[in-house]
Amino acid sequence: MSTENVAASGFGADEQDRGRRFLSALASTGTIFILLLILWVWITILNPTFAEPGPFLAYLKRSAPLVILAAGAYFVLVSGNFDLSVGSLVTVMVVVAARLIEGEPSRTWPVILLLLVIGAVVGFANGFISTILRVPSFITTLGMLLILNGAVFWWTGGAPRGALSDNFRSIGRQGIEGIPWIEQLPWSVLLMFAIGAASVLLMRADFGRQLIATGDNERAARLSGVRVDRVRILAFVLSGVLAAVAGILLGGFGGVSAQVGKGLEFDAITACVLGGVVLGGGRGSVVAAMAGALTLEALFTWLNLQGISGALEDTVQGVIIIGAVGFAAYRLRGAR
Amino acid sequence: MTVVDPSESSPGTRAAARKERVAGWRVGVLASPAAPVYGALIGIIVLAWIVVTIDGGEFLTTGNIVNMLQRSVALGIVSLGQTVVILLGSLDLSVAALISLSSLVTAQQMDGQPGNVIPAILIVLAMGAGVGLANGLIITKLRVNAFIATLGMALILGGIIENGWSGPQGGVTDAFSQDLGYTRFGVIPMSFILFAVVAVVIWFILRSTRFGYRVYAVGGSEDVSKLSGLRTHRTIIGAHIVCSLTAVITGIFLASRLKAGTPTVGLDGGYDLESIAAVVLGGTALTGGRGGVIGTIGGVFILAVLDNVFNQLEFNSFVRDVVRGIVIIAAVAIYARRQEKKA
Amino acid sequence: MIWRRLAGPAALLACCATIAACGSTDDPGSETTGDATPVATATEGPKTDLGENSEFFVQADYDKQLAQRSATPEGPADKPWEQMIEPGEMVDTTEFKAKKADNWNVCFSNAANDNPWRQNGGITMKAEADNTPEIGKFTVVDAEAKDDKQISDIEAMVSGGKCDAIIIAPNTTATLTPAVEKACESKIPVIVFDRGVTTDCPVTFIHPIGGYAFGADAAEFLRDNVKEGGKILALRILPGVDVLETRWSGAKGIFEEAGLNVVGVEFTDGDAAKTKSIVSDYLQREGTLDGVWMDAGATAVAMTEAFEDAGQEIPFVTGEDQNDFLTKWKEDGLKAIAPTYSNYQWRTAIIATTKILKGEEVPKEWILPQPKITQENLDQYVKPDMPPLYYALCGCEDLPGFPQKWGGK
Repeated sequence: MSTENVAASGFGADEQDRGRRFLSALASTGTIFILLLILWVWITILNPTFAEPGPFLAYLKRSAPLVILAAGAYFVLVSGNFDLSVGSLVTVMVVVAARLIEGEPSRTWPVILLLLVIGAVVGFANGFISTILRVPSFITTLGMLLILNGAVFWWTGGAPRGALSDNFRSIGRQGIEGIPWIEQLPWSVLLMFAIGAASVLLMRADFGRQLIATGDNERAARLSGVRVDRVRILAFVLSGVLAAVAGILLGGFGGVSAQVGKGLEFDAITACVLGGVVLGGGRGSVVAAMAGALTLEALFTWLNLQGISGALEDTVQGVIIIGAVGFAAYRLRGAR
Repeated sequence: MTVVDPSESSPGTRAAARKERVAGWRVGVLASPAAPVYGALIGIIVLAWIVVTIDGGEFLTTGNIVNMLQRSVALGIVSLGQTVVILLGSLDLSVAALISLSSLVTAQQMDGQPGNVIPAILIVLAMGAGVGLANGLIITKLRVNAFIATLGMALILGGIIENGWSGPQGGVTDAFSQDLGYTRFGVIPMSFILFAVVAVVIWFILRSTRFGYRVYAVGGSEDVSKLSGLRTHRTIIGAHIVCSLTAVITGIFLASRLKAGTPTVGLDGGYDLESIAAVVLGGTALTGGRGGVIGTIGGVFILAVLDNVFNQLEFNSFVRDVVRGIVIIAAVAIYARRQEKKA
Repeated sequence: MIWRRLAGPAALLACCATIAACGSTDDPGSETTGDATPVATATEGPKTDLGENSEFFVQADYDKQLAQRSATPEGPADKPWEQMIEPGEMVDTTEFKAKKADNWNVCFSNAANDNPWRQNGGITMKAEADNTPEIGKFTVVDAEAKDDKQISDIEAMVSGGKCDAIIIAPNTTATLTPAVEKACESKIPVIVFDRGVTTDCPVTFIHPIGGYAFGADAAEFLRDNVKEGGKILALRILPGVDVLETRWSGAKGIFEEAGLNVVGVEFTDGDAAKTKSIVSDYLQREGTLDGVWMDAGATAVAMTEAFEDAGQEIPFVTGEDQNDFLTKWKEDGLKAIAPTYSNYQWRTAIIATTKILKGEEVPKEWILPQPKITQENLDQYVKPDMPPLYYALCGCEDLPGFPQKWGGK
């Protein structure tokens, strides 16, 4: 029996045949796009400038890190695991980059390479402990969250040190200039679409099918020849690398900060669930997960425009998330 | 496959049942699911004692032991409730926000009047039951995954707190603060007795009531339980109510300890993830169906001992996090190996 | 089937509409004028929408703090950490005089070590303790921002009987009161600094002037420079922390009086990316901003970058004495002010403890000066060789190990 499927076990995850599942996946994908569209339109009504290319690209640019994290979270979730360590991994990226680069532009690219390697190694460690050592991924990555957070600040003596170079920062801050009509195409938006396209291709390849099969029914997948552990470890590695990319973008966008990754793991998982990904694995599409992240960011913007007092914002956000997921589940049940 | 193991703490009966399988030297206690937890606890205590003594500190003194007991109360009570929901395959991420809110409401309702103490406690308990009911209903009726449901509830409660309070809330009466927060019977803190009482009650519920049996059954497999005619929804809702009640009891205790309520006491205390960590350290499986409160108490003590040692050795908070992370992962990896060997 | 697909979005729409309706009732201006800024009513009358006066606003304290800013502190001018403002009642500490001439064990219960300001102060404190020959051992216990843990930490210090003095930096104002009272009963001298407690039993309470003065320093700078009716954005870290509430309530009244238009009050969670997004949003909506007020400087640089990225000139801004902000201010010629929350109070805590254990008198309430960094004195505070999150009011430059211990070169 699987040692995973943490909280998801049971609640509403019945067996269905493939065709039905495809339909329901499509249905849930549809929901998130409708919701996203409604929010965009509503925001535009409240603030017409939102639909202009500049502001809209600024919104995409701001959303890019979370969208990329959501893609990473998707791989792990759909294989039936959790990754709670991505938030602290993002912090590690920014702090390590600042300490090693120290404002020296020539160090940028080697350091970026190193960051991606760190992301991959952390992801591998998460995957190895969760599969081979059979520690539930919720606990593995919770422990990893503590370890990463502690280790990086232990290393820097508490507060971030050093500085990021301008060319490092330009990845998250700047873009291709001088394009007619939209003026500037941010690198992070390009990167976001590239990662989106790559993720879709990956999910259509053998790996994607094996990943979903593993999350859906581990035993069946194993019996049909899927190397379940390897697939899951790879999902964690992808999550780690994508967290590194998100960290590079966030560091570029906002600069050195010790707070940068705080709570992002929950945001990423929430985005996926909004996009119809079922915790426990086996269901959901990566595009919808990324759309979930865009929706979450649009929701923040909408709340802001709506003039909800800063304090009640959290409450409204909580109600909407529960409501959205509840209605997705309601519809799924209805479709049976 | 046996998923229902409510007889966790009756070594006598179980020893008989397992006689053939278990090697001769293994008495029932050692075969209990909580045994590795207490093995780990004893190991950590011995290690801590050696390290602290070498460092020139005192470890196994009455004062220090009482201090460790006191440290385990707040996390301990909420972890007991967390155990119940995890046993049935759910979890509760809203406890930290609920702890903050109940500390605030306790202080507000008491309003410095001794006559208000009992009504305030009742109001807060009712609030806890309400939040637990809401969590349970969202999970069962709206079919929202427990992770998202309780995360959403945490946001909702957080917003209510931020909207209603801009700082600590006074009003806890002197007597209440002294009685629950600081009184000692001999050397045993009153609050530790509260922890013990809650532990015994939940242990009894899980072990000897139909509800407890159902919790293990649903945690083992919700579908099988449903097919065999159990009302799984009621069990899930009931368990969430129990969990939220332990969270508000923790909040009430903290209000007595701080003689005030504060908006940050729950989240800054990290009671959401730490209580889950304590339960898992206590050998309860996150998938549900296996484990119990005895193990959780061991898990809480492990964290309290670590805390005490960190203090004595003056570890900074970063080293602490690293060590905690490693201990949690390592312990669960060891339990997982043990489980595999058994299977 | 199609209705089922639409059920979710429809219900959500209903949900959002309800909230929108609720939002509008708070904010009647938005419907009639069609102007949907979060504080739309602010354009009609700034006094209505800045929130009620916080329960923490005490007019007398506010007036006192504002007056203290111009008071001349007693003590050596080159050592502001030894200075005190209007010391008032002095406490005779002969009863606490240590029996040993040296090898004191000073214990410190620290609320947390979770932000650069505290880390900077913690390093200074340790260095000052190492630099005091009488202190043999300096024991630090970190409460990791947990109130209950800090109470247990203090109990352990008291019952352990090994501390010659206990220094406490409370995690939350008020909540440590019972624990501090217990510690006072033990006859061990108790020194409290940074946030206070609601009891006067500690031997001394050390703190800079306070939050009202901080908020007012920044607000007055904007009042003096921004034209009347100018658009001000206020950025706060998070609600519910009383020491930050006082900063905002210190500023709010000044904005109201000066007729400045506060277009928004937003919480940043101390997160640079979020800060930048908020400022960008306001720039989009408002077109321009004439000033930005902040209740802490950790994300001040990110705030200024939002203007740069939008291709706008950076208006009048406020920050804090963090090195990254001061460096940017100097290099880019910002129009700025940096009020401070004197980081050297961490050093004063050790100095006060030493005095008490020697039996020398200390003020009951030791109020430290709280300088503001302005264009005139900026140069003396910018430290190019120190890390970005170093605090200029460290008061640590004459301590052994400077600058390496503080991360400098």
